[in-house]
Amino acid sequence: MATKLSPKEYVKREERLTGGHRLCAGCGAGVVMRQVLMGAKDNPVVISNATGCLEVSTTIYPYTAWKDSYIHSAFENTAATISGVEAAYNSLVRQGKVKSDKPYRFLSVAGDGGSYDIGLQALSGALERGHDVVLLCYDNGAYMNTGFQRSASTPLGAWTTTSPDGKVVPGKQQQRKNLTAIAAAHGVPYVAQASPHNFRDLIAKAETAFETPGPAFLNVLSPCPRGWRSADPDGMKLAKMMVQSCFWPMYEVIDGNYKLSFDPKDRKIPIRDWMEQQGRFKHLFTPEFEYVIEEGQAHVDREWERLKQLASLPPIAE
Amino acid sequence: MATTEKLMAVTGNQAVAMAMKQIDPDVVAAYPITPQTDVVQSYSQYVADGEVQTEFVTVESEHSAMSACIGSAAAGARTMTATSSAGFALMWEVVYVAASMRLPIVMTTVNRALSGPINIHCDHSDSMGGRDSGWIQIYNEDAQEAYDATVMSFPIAEHPDVSLPLMNMYDGFIISGAIGPLRPLSDAAVKDFIGEKPAVLNLLDSEHPVTFGPFDGLHGWYFEHKIAQNRAMEAALPVIQETYDRFAEVTGRQYQHLMCYDMEDADVAIVVIGSAAGTARTVMAKLKAEGLKVGLVKIRTFRPFPTAEIARVLSGVKAVAVLDRADSFGAMGGPLYLEILAALYHEGVHTKTVNCIYGLGGRDLYPQNIEDVFRMLADAAGGADLPQSRVYLNMKGE
Ligand SMILES: Cc1ncc(C[n+]2csc(CCOP(=O)(O)OP(=O)(O)O)c2C)c(N)n1
Ligand code: SF4
Ligand SMILES: [Mg+2]
Repeated sequence: MATKLSPKEYVKREERLTGGHRLCAGCGAGVVMRQVLMGAKDNPVVISNATGCLEVSTTIYPYTAWKDSYIHSAFENTAATISGVEAAYNSLVRQGKVKSDKPYRFLSVAGDGGSYDIGLQALSGALERGHDVVLLCYDNGAYMNTGFQRSASTPLGAWTTTSPDGKVVPGKQQQRKNLTAIAAAHGVPYVAQASPHNFRDLIAKAETAFETPGPAFLNVLSPCPRGWRSADPDGMKLAKMMVQSCFWPMYEVIDGNYKLSFDPKDRKIPIRDWMEQQGRFKHLFTPEFEYVIEEGQAHVDREWERLKQLASLPPIAE
Repeated sequence: MATTEKLMAVTGNQAVAMAMKQIDPDVVAAYPITPQTDVVQSYSQYVADGEVQTEFVTVESEHSAMSACIGSAAAGARTMTATSSAGFALMWEVVYVAASMRLPIVMTTVNRALSGPINIHCDHSDSMGGRDSGWIQIYNEDAQEAYDATVMSFPIAEHPDVSLPLMNMYDGFIISGAIGPLRPLSDAAVKDFIGEKPAVLNLLDSEHPVTFGPFDGLHGWYFEHKIAQNRAMEAALPVIQETYDRFAEVTGRQYQHLMCYDMEDADVAIVVIGSAAGTARTVMAKLKAEGLKVGLVKIRTFRPFPTAEIARVLSGVKAVAVLDRADSFGAMGGPLYLEILAALYHEGVHTKTVNCIYGLGGRDLYPQNIEDVFRMLADAAGGADLPQSRVYLNMKGE
């Protein structure tokens, strides 16, 4: 991973997503975006963005919050769109039709809906073809833009408008899909999971992703006060707790080798600690649905053990 | 330097792949589907042999093919793709996006029936469904036309007054897979004809960053945006003709939006799209020998539709049969018929009309079927009524 710098160094980097966009107060998506773009240093970036909260809030015509070139085409195809941009760049540079002192960076951004669900095929295709692009998922755990519907990333038991809790159903009935593991299974050179509360870690990972030749996938936790039914100022605190509970481990997969970026060791906290502070889990804190928290905890513990095993393996030789 | 090469015998797909190779676009992103497949295969071989500069993106679906084309064209690269049927249908959503971004992507759509039931043979239901997508649509009769149209595509699509994507069609199997004559242009003549891509705002100009595809909410400019697209379509009509004319200067092959055969003194006429025109001409030779005054109009430019021109051409005939190789379920007739009826009404032309549906899912169209239509028209010209509802040609069980 690229060297983590001090905050003093990072603030010298240009802000590439301007203020004035219409993301909600406390939204993590803009924070994630600014940090990831810092990882591009001063290279020009082309951003392709899937339909979703980030897109609709930053490009309200005739305004744009993006200082770099940006394209939005549809919901499920941002990874394919960026593939086309990168192919064009390679072709035009090879033919001498485009010249640039600094190499371009190509970034595809989608929410969890645009990455885990409807955009999974395009994401997989781009990873498999080996484009020199960074594919970023900002994961807020539901389709927030369209009014909080479940996605494959929604945690077990969470209320969403399509997994509502009712008299007999305790919210979302499935565990989360592990998209980071799916991305890693493509055998791409760099895959990482991060959280914006630890911005030095996220920026360094983004920098590594941009500078690694070939495809890189970044999965970043993105607090959503509206959909999580949590207090606006609490996003980063909640993200930190979600990491400390190992619900959202921070780690890297570099050429197939797993590396933990953070291990809480004996300070691992139970998931209920942050669930309590998010209204989307409110119904679970009742005698009849309490068991769902236990199931969620067991799943998180199992996944964390597996991740630790993977990270303890001897590195695969070149 | 000769502008044209020797006559050769190739399939429609080979002809188009050859034109693509001579154009040597910056990017091709495509996914295989029958009957387009050998276009993609041939192009892969050109790339493998280093015969083109093209970056070939072997996408995992047609939706991604068109999406990658959008990214590539927005980055300022000359971009091509090819598809058929289900592939075109899968692209649907982003076909509209390409047009609304005014990206001059060129696509070959080898016509094949839409499912279901699944059927790999020719009809026009795939591209006809895309007629309102904002793409220029050119239909071709044979391999030579398909080749020529491919060469003419970028000068039309990239013209500053137009800036729209363009799709070329030809009939699956009948043209795509059958061997026919082709007189190609030399590589140099193709390069010369298409010229350099005009510079436009693009994603790779870091001095001038640009946001493509912004969110245009309730209080935005979506409506005006659509009006601008339609104006570009109107502007395309003369640009297409100018390009046809310039092509004729180079090759001697003169194209028109509507290709008319024996229409000067025709009493009755058939209007058709694609390879069926060849069958119709064979039948006409026989009927003319009998003294019947029959004419034929073949539509090449379908979007933008040459409304005034079709009405003018048909104004002198007493009865017209419009042959559709696609249907519009629940409408008064197939897509071409609806278009022509509207044009005739609009221009105040009152002539007897009938809609014949043929060739769905690759059903053969025999010379006898066309002869029957001409005879029906001749009777109508003599005073008989034409059927009010669709006439199905070569239907089973009748
Ligand atoms: C093909 C298609 N299906 C559905 C939609 C409606 N839609 C737009 S954004 C969205 C959800 C986005 O969710 P996610 O990717 O998680 O991003 P978020 O809004 O949460 O940031 C949906 C369902 C669409 N635009 N296109
Ligand atoms: S709904 Fe959530 S993800 Fe969307 S802008 Fe608001 S806080 Fe951000
Ligand atoms: Mg989401």
